[in-house]
Amino acid sequence: MSGPVAAAQSTATSTAISARQLTRRFGAKVAVDHIDLDVPSGRIYGFLGPNGSGKSTTLRMLCGMLLPSEGQAEVFGLSIVKDAETIRRRLGYMPQKFSLWEDLTTDENLQFMADLYGLTGDVQRRIAQQRATYNLEGLRKQRAGTMSGGQKQRLALAACTLHEPELLLLDEPTSAVDPQSRRDFWDRLFQLADEGATILVSTHYMDEAERCHGLAILAEGRLVAEGSPRDLMAGVEADVYEIEGADGSEAPRLVKELPFVRGVTQLGLRLRVLVDRGQADAERQLRALLKQHDIDATLARTHASLEDVFVVATRNGSRGQ
Amino acid sequence: MAAVANRLGDSLRRLRAVALKEVRQLSRDRVTFGMIVGVPLMQIMLFGYAINFDVRNLATVVQDGANSSMSRELIAQLRATQVIDVRYTTDSAAELDALLREGRVSMAVVIPADFERRLQSDTRPVVQILVDGSQPSLSGVAAGIAQLPMLTRHGEGPYSGGKRMAPRRIEVRTLYNPEKRTAVQIVPALIGVILSMTMVLFTSGAIVRERERGNLELLIATPLSSLELMVGKLLPYIGIGLIQTTIILLVGSALFNVPVVGHLLDLYAAALLFIIASLGLGLFVSTLAQTQFQAFQLAFVSMLPSILLSGFMFPFEGMPKVVQWIAQVLPLTHFNVIIRGVMLRGAELPELWPQIGKLALFITVMLLIAVARFKKRLD
Repeated sequence: MSGPVAAAQSTATSTAISARQLTRRFGAKVAVDHIDLDVPSGRIYGFLGPNGSGKSTTLRMLCGMLLPSEGQAEVFGLSIVKDAETIRRRLGYMPQKFSLWEDLTTDENLQFMADLYGLTGDVQRRIAQQRATYNLEGLRKQRAGTMSGGQKQRLALAACTLHEPELLLLDEPTSAVDPQSRRDFWDRLFQLADEGATILVSTHYMDEAERCHGLAILAEGRLVAEGSPRDLMAGVEADVYEIEGADGSEAPRLVKELPFVRGVTQLGLRLRVLVDRGQADAERQLRALLKQHDIDATLARTHASLEDVFVVATRNGSRGQ
Repeated sequence: MAAVANRLGDSLRRLRAVALKEVRQLSRDRVTFGMIVGVPLMQIMLFGYAINFDVRNLATVVQDGANSSMSRELIAQLRATQVIDVRYTTDSAAELDALLREGRVSMAVVIPADFERRLQSDTRPVVQILVDGSQPSLSGVAAGIAQLPMLTRHGEGPYSGGKRMAPRRIEVRTLYNPEKRTAVQIVPALIGVILSMTMVLFTSGAIVRERERGNLELLIATPLSSLELMVGKLLPYIGIGLIQTTIILLVGSALFNVPVVGHLLDLYAAALLFIIASLGLGLFVSTLAQTQFQAFQLAFVSMLPSILLSGFMFPFEGMPKVVQWIAQVLPLTHFNVIIRGVMLRGAELPELWPQIGKLALFITVMLLIAVARFKKRLD
């Protein structure tokens, strides 16, 4: 057993997941590229990244569905390869696509999952409890296929938390639901975390990522940034400026051409400009550029948002190749 | 010990849950549910009546040497059965032969000049029926005609003073084909054809459906093992296969008078073995297909050689050696031998051990491959 994994084991009580150089290839394509990861217990940990960045593949490896091509990972201090069976009993996985049976009703789906996980004791009471928690009481006899996106998602979460898993792996759980359902869903996640569950959730929504205790940003299979959202925003290697009142002008194109500018985003009437950190005269140069082209706009420095972090991190990821 | 028992209990519970779910889903899928009953009914009607169509309105030549009221009565009664269609009458034996040889008629009824005298005597056949044996199933028909109580009047007892014409006294000669292949041989073989069609089709479809709809992704993350999933999904289809076998037997008996000469238990045991073989094939197909549509295509591809080479439609003995070897791999080939043996010749299962052994070998190999491939997929 190599050094890093042995070290991780000593802190197994507080670490739910630890991965070292975890890699998965599909043919020549590297979907997950040597990821190191430590997810503390009882926290909501986010995977932020665009489509195809390796979020789903990593989650699938962690729940034993895919074998790693290289590297290793432990869940509850158990190997995801050798102890997959044991791990499965203690985790809940919610795939990106609704994966319960559309031709079965709420009760039938829940009963089926209860049987699969071998729930003991008063199973009907536990199912009733989940129905109450996830507001499914009125949908008991309704087939899942006829439900709305939000209802399906509540049912899916109820089904994968039925056996009270210590770890929840959620793959873009809110991609098909309305904003109110998303808010309710996240409230529920925090309750689950309060009850002691560790939650690993992938998303491409910035507002959701910002609610996580910890965050890993993935790009092209690599982990390009990691930390709490607050630390990530504070530590971003860029300064952010906002230009207001430059709408309709050539400002976006002009600003983009400056060598130290990393990204320009238009937000309504404002332009958000990301500049290399430590570029001392960035502000002066920006003002000069606007003046030179007779653009009457205000320029102000502002705090980095998570999106800025994401832009900087993913750029670095692709630059590093 | 308690831990082992617990594990087994959990495993059985998962198995039961999967099987129950499958039955539930099946009962809600009206099209598939309808096919379980519809496919056997449709096929047995199709094949059964297609064969029956052949034996109705058979082109027939009559050589009436007696030309008496009684011989005309006999011809009228033969016509009334609708089995024969008298196209020609002739006085010449040579012309009759020619008509048969050229295939313009498939049957000839020869009434000798001393017909009435023969009726009185007990020794010689009174009528001769000549049958073109090169066409399958005709000799059986002629034999059937010979059994009919001819020369009786409506509502009355047998003609001519209560003396019923002894069946043996109508002589049937099967020309060109001493094997006497009969329609009855088709219906037992239909059991195998229908079972392999629906079993392969339904099971491969049912398993691929879980993958196609994304259910498999969730299932893999649960404690359900791939073996439990497979067995649980296949179990309901064993029951369905036995129901289909029963339907075919009932319809075959009611509409086509197909007998079960051997033991019914032997028959169901053979059917069970063949169902499992077909389910193994279906499982294998499911590991090759990504979508239900592909699974259906593959199932049909696997069906064709079975139907053509297994001896269901064409006699196995007449095929080239290479084709016979290929046919040896098909479970339907062996099942056809077993089922015809049990249903028609009254054979008992131990007597058919070579075929049973080959079926068992097929099951073992197919399940091993399918299970190995199924596991790989879960990775």
